[in-house]
Amino acid sequence: MSVVEIKGVTKRFGETTAVQGIDLEIEEREFVSLIGPSGCGKSTLLRIIGDLIQPTSGSAVVNGKPARQARIDRDYGIVFQDAVLYDWRTVAKNIALPLELARWDRRRRSAKVREMLELVELTGFEHHHPWQLSGGMQQRVSIARALSFDPALLLMDEPFGALDEMTRERMNMELLRIWEASGSTVVFVTHSISEAVFLSTRVVVMSPRPGRISDVIAIDLPQPRTAATREEPRFFECVTKVREALHLGRDLDRPVEVTA
Amino acid sequence: MSTTPAAVQPVPRGGMARLVGRRLTDWIPAAVVLVATIGLWEGLIRAFDVQAFLLPKPSAIASTFWDTRSELWHAGWFTFQEALGGFVLGSGLAILLALVLARWRILGTAFMPYAIAANAIPIIAFAPITNTWFSPLDKSSKITIAAVLCFFPVLVNTLRGLTSVNPRALELMDSYAAGQFEIFRRVRIPTALPFIFTGLKVATVLAMIGAVVGEYFGGALNALGVLILSRARIFEFDEAWAGIFLACLLGIALYIAVAALERLTLRWVPSTSE
Repeated sequence: MSVVEIKGVTKRFGETTAVQGIDLEIEEREFVSLIGPSGCGKSTLLRIIGDLIQPTSGSAVVNGKPARQARIDRDYGIVFQDAVLYDWRTVAKNIALPLELARWDRRRRSAKVREMLELVELTGFEHHHPWQLSGGMQQRVSIARALSFDPALLLMDEPFGALDEMTRERMNMELLRIWEASGSTVVFVTHSISEAVFLSTRVVVMSPRPGRISDVIAIDLPQPRTAATREEPRFFECVTKVREALHLGRDLDRPVEVTA
Repeated sequence: MSTTPAAVQPVPRGGMARLVGRRLTDWIPAAVVLVATIGLWEGLIRAFDVQAFLLPKPSAIASTFWDTRSELWHAGWFTFQEALGGFVLGSGLAILLALVLARWRILGTAFMPYAIAANAIPIIAFAPITNTWFSPLDKSSKITIAAVLCFFPVLVNTLRGLTSVNPRALELMDSYAAGQFEIFRRVRIPTALPFIFTGLKVATVLAMIGAVVGEYFGGALNALGVLILSRARIFEFDEAWAGIFLACLLGIALYIAVAALERLTLRWVPSTSE
């Protein structure tokens, strides 16, 4: 069964068309990246899947039900570019937030929080406040919060965009391990070609004005991916493929003209 | 990946130092300024032989304060009750209204321009009017003035706090299909708390002003404002000044109480005083 089924989705904001005629199906256990330049509607598409934005036309089905019902049933967890942790809550209480809303009892909550802290390797930090953590650690708390109620689907909107390159690569490894361990399906929005290739089973390439899918590239790199994956020739072939798809129709090969 | 807490800042601890916000030694410069000011005041009055009706000596005020402490204290307590009543009533209503205006934004856009305009009214000018609404001897007339004075700063600050939530934080609550009640309880109100306390601290001072000035237009005989006014009329300036001094102390006490409550409530805020 597919986890996400997008059919003929168009979204207009007033005069501007954010995305147009999107068809996309995502199977269970897939890791799909949405990549494209700014304004290609990748974040809009992610929010349509999460029913945070409703499409102007077309339909979004998540877990076999309308996106709205899936949201009400809490079928997905979401992670934004900034961690969006509540400063007044400790790490443990931030992770427990969705569990409180789902009316889990205290004992079940704290057991789950402990499990999630272990998953994102933050055991020992449960009583810290968000401002006491580094950016990477904050983002791991945010991932733990998104996965705490075992959603089938994890939506991520440029989650590592604000991190430095070193932290970002480490977080990529972390995320793959978490994906492996949690068994969830991931939809991942990014600007980075190498990040998309390294993480994904499929990369969805989007182009702007109006936002649409211009190509879908399967990434057949062996699983599990390791640091060595980034150095394999096949990795660079995939990166090249995605880059060419991104630049298709845009005359980037022409040398830059320098005017005096 | 390292999991040692060494690289991050320590968890803040409670205790008196945290509550007061600084060490005792940090207060030394302020204490020096206080002592120097009083010394200079006393010295200048003695040196230039300033008449007591213009400005009494601090030592004279202090001894009068001590001699009439029982009378002063009764008057102060009476007025403090009015200020406190006005503070609680005005701030409470303001917070409630802010919640309503934040929940139904159309009401907010409809009412806020008038609230801001009303904020510009010199509300103290209504003191003679509220004295006719209620008996001037009654606490209610001063509570009303104090309450109206407290109302607007608390309303404006609370509303700003409730509506200055990170849009991502609201999207997150949406993703959990959380209702408005949960959003207010878990996001909007905690976000607004620092703003609310800012408004409340302004209101403490206004409440005391409202009560004392309200009494200048007529009040019970044992009220602090009446005491200050009547002593000044019969040239007992030492006692008038002692009354003013007490009004200051009570205002500061109310302010400190709210500030302490703020520190207790907002212990999660990264400390600004360190």
